[in-house]
Amino acid sequence: MNNAFILKNISYRAWHMWRRNVDVSLVTWKTNIIPPLLEPVLYILAFGIGLGAYVQKINFDGRAYDYLTFLAPGMIAVGIMFHSTFDTMYGAFVRLRYQKTFDAVITTPLSAEDILAGEILSGATKGAFAGAAILLIVTLFGLASYPSSLVILPLAALAGLMFASFGLLFAALAPYIDNLNLPIFLFINPMFLFSGTFFPLDGMPAWVRLAANLLPLTHLVNITRAATFNRLSPALLWDLLYILVLTAAVAYLSIRKMKARLIK
Amino acid sequence: MPPVIKVTDLRKNYGELRAVDGIDFEISRGECFGLLGPNGAGKTTTVKMLTCALPLSGGDITVDGLSVNNDPRGIKYILGVCPQEINLDPDFSVLKNLVVYSRYFDIPYAEAKKRAEELISRFHLHDKLDRPIEDLSGGLKKRLLLARALINKPKVLILDEPTTGLDPQSRRQIWEEVRGMKSNGLTTLLTTHYIEEAELLCDRLVIIDAGKIVEQGTPKQLIQKHLDGKGNLEDVFLKLTGKHLRDE
Repeated sequence: MNNAFILKNISYRAWHMWRRNVDVSLVTWKTNIIPPLLEPVLYILAFGIGLGAYVQKINFDGRAYDYLTFLAPGMIAVGIMFHSTFDTMYGAFVRLRYQKTFDAVITTPLSAEDILAGEILSGATKGAFAGAAILLIVTLFGLASYPSSLVILPLAALAGLMFASFGLLFAALAPYIDNLNLPIFLFINPMFLFSGTFFPLDGMPAWVRLAANLLPLTHLVNITRAATFNRLSPALLWDLLYILVLTAAVAYLSIRKMKARLIK
Repeated sequence: MPPVIKVTDLRKNYGELRAVDGIDFEISRGECFGLLGPNGAGKTTTVKMLTCALPLSGGDITVDGLSVNNDPRGIKYILGVCPQEINLDPDFSVLKNLVVYSRYFDIPYAEAKKRAEELISRFHLHDKLDRPIEDLSGGLKKRLLLARALINKPKVLILDEPTTGLDPQSRRQIWEEVRGMKSNGLTTLLTTHYIEEAELLCDRLVIIDAGKIVEQGTPKQLIQKHLDGKGNLEDVFLKLTGKHLRDE
């Protein structure tokens, strides 16, 4: 079971695992479809109308924006992150440890790599769905420019793959389900707060900006914000490259770590 | 006729521990073969290697001429595995469990549904067709696991402690099913520590302890050899593996 064979062992059968997880989501569809649609409404109420009433225009990239307009692309990025990370982090952990789903599937023609690639694909699907749902809501509130905002759809799928891979990695590294509080505290929450989601990073000290630029969510927010502001530019290719490279690296690492846990 | 399963010098080491320490056996077509041993003897480890869920430390297993070392997928297409632990999908109904599982074998939906319905009626699960798994008793869950193991029309069936934890009624029902499959010519590997079960179902068996085969033959031969024909297989088992308690 050489690690070099991880790519070779991934086949079309990963879609069977994806399909299984999507089917489970459809069984419990109300709890899967309603939150991504309602969450942004809550954000808009709390931050846009509540906090926004006290916030003057936000200056970003030489222009002034309403707070709600500034916040909208951040909400999209956060939604993609939460929904895909949590799907694999808790979902895969439960399937591994409690439901023994992977033990059942590993005796069928699926390889461990097929199973885990399927997990990442279904986590990404949830993230992409959440991204699209939030985009729809912010569009209805008139907070997104078109056609540039359409970039968000394929981007949500890619970022979904990245965050689902992170989730799978955390699940692979956590001995007990309670340990998953640690990546939430150390990784997810700091990103939620410090990736330019709620306020521009320009005003922050240099070291905070530097740290924020290491966080994957910052790069996602850069692109979603440019998309809803109709300010897409070639400079964003760096953000895209960062996401692509990180996605490949974390996907590989998460499959490797989880496979070691599955086969022993 | 060449054997369906051929196990050659099979080994599994965990550091210093030799969980499986060089075992050999062959299973012929249509045979029900028993793998017996106390807890921790290496039964489940052997089954995991046979079902390609665990890499081998040494030796080889071939199933229908395919080696676990070279063609695990090919083997997994022709195996039916009824696991020790209940790992049904709790989010799906009885029918959906079978249909989703059949997808892993690339069985098209119409065919999968047909097979699932056949199995559901054969295993008397039709009352529970649309029920979630948590509504099933332990015996019904095991029956569904057995049905699931047959969805791909396997050439070889692996039964890993199929009746552990069941009441005598459910146990007998599983035995009936296994006998039925045997009379249809399905090759079966059964692991158990219920000696009565092995005596009843197995044509031939091996007793393993501490990762090694300590005895093999037909139930009758073993009783004849070790007890002069007086007693049952359980006495042979205890004579060979000792009476001290085992840890898992």
